[in-house]
Amino acid sequence: MKDMKKLLYSLILALLPILVQAQFDGEFVKPRTGKFLLQNATVVTVTKGNIENGSVLIENGKILAVGKNIQANDAEVIDCSGQFIYPGMMDAGSRLGLVEVNSLPETQDYAEIGQVTPNMQALVAVNPNSVAIPVTRVSGVTTTLAVPSGGLFPGTAALINLNGYTPDQMYAGFKGVVLNFPSSARRSTWDRRSDEDIKKEAEAAQKTLNEIWGRAETYHQLQKAKAELQYYPEMEQLSKVVAGELPLLVEVNAATDILSAIEWIQSKNAKAILMGVAEGWRVADKIAAAGLPVIVGPMLSIPTRQSDRYDAAYTNPGKMAKAGVKVVIRSNDAENTRNLPFNAGFAAAYGMGKEEALKAITINAAEVFGVADKMGSIEVGKDATLFVSTGDPFETKSQILHVFIDGYRVPMSSRHIKLYQEFLERSPGLEKN
Amino acid sequence: MKMIKYILSAFLILGCFVTIAQTQKGSVLIKNATVLTVTNGTLENTDVLVENGIIKRIGKNLNASNIQCIDGTGKYLMPGIIDAHSHVALDAVNEATAPITSEVKMGDVVNPYDIGIYRALAGGVTISHAMHGSANAIGGQNITLKHRYGTSNPEDLHMKDAPRTIKFALGENPTRVHGRGNGIQPRTRMGVDAVIRNGFNEAIQYKKAWADYENAQKQKGAKPVPPKYDSRLATLADVLDGKIIIHCHSYRADEIYALINTCREFGIKNIVFSHVNEGFKVAPELAEYTMGASVFADWWAYKFEVYYSTAYNAAILMENGVITSINSDSGELIRHLYHEAGKAQRYGQLDDDQTLALITINPAKQLGIADKVGSIEEGKQADLVLFDGHPLSVYAIPQMTFVDGVKYFDINEDPDDMRLKVSASEALEPIFLREHEHRCMHGVDFFFTNFGRNLFNHTH
Repeated sequence: MKDMKKLLYSLILALLPILVQAQFDGEFVKPRTGKFLLQNATVVTVTKGNIENGSVLIENGKILAVGKNIQANDAEVIDCSGQFIYPGMMDAGSRLGLVEVNSLPETQDYAEIGQVTPNMQALVAVNPNSVAIPVTRVSGVTTTLAVPSGGLFPGTAALINLNGYTPDQMYAGFKGVVLNFPSSARRSTWDRRSDEDIKKEAEAAQKTLNEIWGRAETYHQLQKAKAELQYYPEMEQLSKVVAGELPLLVEVNAATDILSAIEWIQSKNAKAILMGVAEGWRVADKIAAAGLPVIVGPMLSIPTRQSDRYDAAYTNPGKMAKAGVKVVIRSNDAENTRNLPFNAGFAAAYGMGKEEALKAITINAAEVFGVADKMGSIEVGKDATLFVSTGDPFETKSQILHVFIDGYRVPMSSRHIKLYQEFLERSPGLEKN
Repeated sequence: MKMIKYILSAFLILGCFVTIAQTQKGSVLIKNATVLTVTNGTLENTDVLVENGIIKRIGKNLNASNIQCIDGTGKYLMPGIIDAHSHVALDAVNEATAPITSEVKMGDVVNPYDIGIYRALAGGVTISHAMHGSANAIGGQNITLKHRYGTSNPEDLHMKDAPRTIKFALGENPTRVHGRGNGIQPRTRMGVDAVIRNGFNEAIQYKKAWADYENAQKQKGAKPVPPKYDSRLATLADVLDGKIIIHCHSYRADEIYALINTCREFGIKNIVFSHVNEGFKVAPELAEYTMGASVFADWWAYKFEVYYSTAYNAAILMENGVITSINSDSGELIRHLYHEAGKAQRYGQLDDDQTLALITINPAKQLGIADKVGSIEEGKQADLVLFDGHPLSVYAIPQMTFVDGVKYFDINEDPDDMRLKVSASEALEPIFLREHEHRCMHGVDFFFTNFGRNLFNHTH
């Protein structure tokens, strides 16, 4: 019996190498960190001009050096001759990671039930393994604001970097509470409510908003007075907004609504960022005078009114920037957040100019989100979140060659790329021999 | 009194002449442009002479008297962009009452006042294929439109020399509408295949019934009873006879392959697959047996049947020899198809001519009008767009758009408000935050009011 056991063990031991050698083809490429020297590129720093034949040294997730003639013997050298280095592009409004397949409610995690749910944390619902994340980041879009939608206060948005295996690894240091400001516009051409109904609903929403805000102010005062408070997570979150710890992200689009929102924000003395702002160009001076930054987009959308010039959405960011508004651009997309640079490209072509449009998806976003000490430009000491391309990333012809996020060199692969690799020359082709 | 009668009848007669009269044709000479012919490469510093709506001559130092001359120096001239899948200018999209509705005609619901036509012109699109929706396995007959914006007569928009086409649809949409919405076949991809086969077989029987009747008539003294006329089957008979081109809404490789097989079995060669997100998986079959694929540049993941798709679709299809076009299916995307085509350079590095073909000569081939439009060639219809830069650059802006040599868009001359009609009942102009951009399932929302509010965000 003992011998039998011995025999069994030795048999297993003998088989072990075979088991271990179970064969997989191909190697999985993981994101990896290290010391990298990107050499001989045009470095588009965004904040400090372009450096021709420049280099960027990356270590421990940070940009260690930027300039000409940088040497580092122990670094992995990547030759970027004839190429361009840009800071990672930031999409200031997206559902990326919050939804996988939009027609399947099971995969929609961006809209909770209820009108007042500011305590819903988008960061909790971000799926780090969403197939759309690698699809997006290989385009050079490295950072997105994950925005919940739905009711009056649908939840708290969070800025994320598109690399990491947990939401905390992805979190990029900004949160804001979303407010869908009462709207006098129609949601879409499907929206067949009467003018009367729209007005009534907006008025009711405005009433609710003021009531909720009043409650939040009371809650905050009680908190400050160290009163014993019952569990009220919605108010706990809004209290942070009242205190100015968290900004309000105010989604508002029609011109009259923008004016009402500005008045409301000023009357409450709230820290706010306007989002959407489709008709911002109509009231650009007023937005500038109020000193409120805007997150606008998508540019690739139709005019809000049939009487508007066909290019109203394309020219909107440029007109606001010219009026002195700090403009940030968003895609407001999910799986196609990779179109952010093209949105910026249209803004650039239609009046904003290349330089301003690039700022609108890099340093302006970082400044508005209060993370400009870490992101938004290529400067020493900032996070190494950047990409290398063959040319202007707004041009569809340009190829994105390398992407670094927080110093991690991410694999230039995604499901879209893998399907291309498999099917460009299918085997077998038409005939199976 | 009599006089008034005469005048009135004179007006009536005049009215008849006006309606009979041909659609407007223009003459123009565009000088010294970079001409992107698509079929014959790029011609630098070249003139294009248009007479009566036709490209008369392409060359250097052309002259013409009494013709408007446009300086194209530093500008790029390309053929009018053709959208092989659109719902622009349609008052209705889906007749979602049966799995087969081949008797329905989109030509009956053209709305010439749709501002979408002008917005498309401002993006250089001169022809759109206005299609029935995707609710039915076999939908209605589509209409190919020329964007002659400004008319109040819907027929002026019809491209009368374009062949007939019909909409088919596979996968989630017809199975959702009929199988799950109405509780009738098809509920599965098996059912969709069966519905289409049944339709074809019934059409064969119908054809035979008429052939038998006509033969019987030839017999002396015979007085046969004619078969009952059926517009639905008569249309399908024309499909079998190759008189109508199928444009089939489809996504997955399995359903595409199944319909290729069915068509081969019934001897049908005139079929184009539309959307066809997984077309890249059956590219060799599409190249061999069909008139090609009309795809989106990068749309995916809005529903499950497009989850396993790739933005490299167009490039893979082109490299495999499939006639490939890029379409909009959207009142938004139709405004920048030149940019959508450009994405095939980001995703698969197609060259400029290949890329421009995606929105010009290739959709023209798929609509059966490549002998008339889709490239800048002498003798072709003068549908042209003038850009201030290379149209595949994101910075290029369309400056003028011509249909049949008539200018319908001019960035410098057109007023901001280009509506043809303002509703009298409309006290306040409505503000729409977004268009229902993707309209394939337009008109079937009443089936799905309980399915959740996000269903119609993306529903082609």
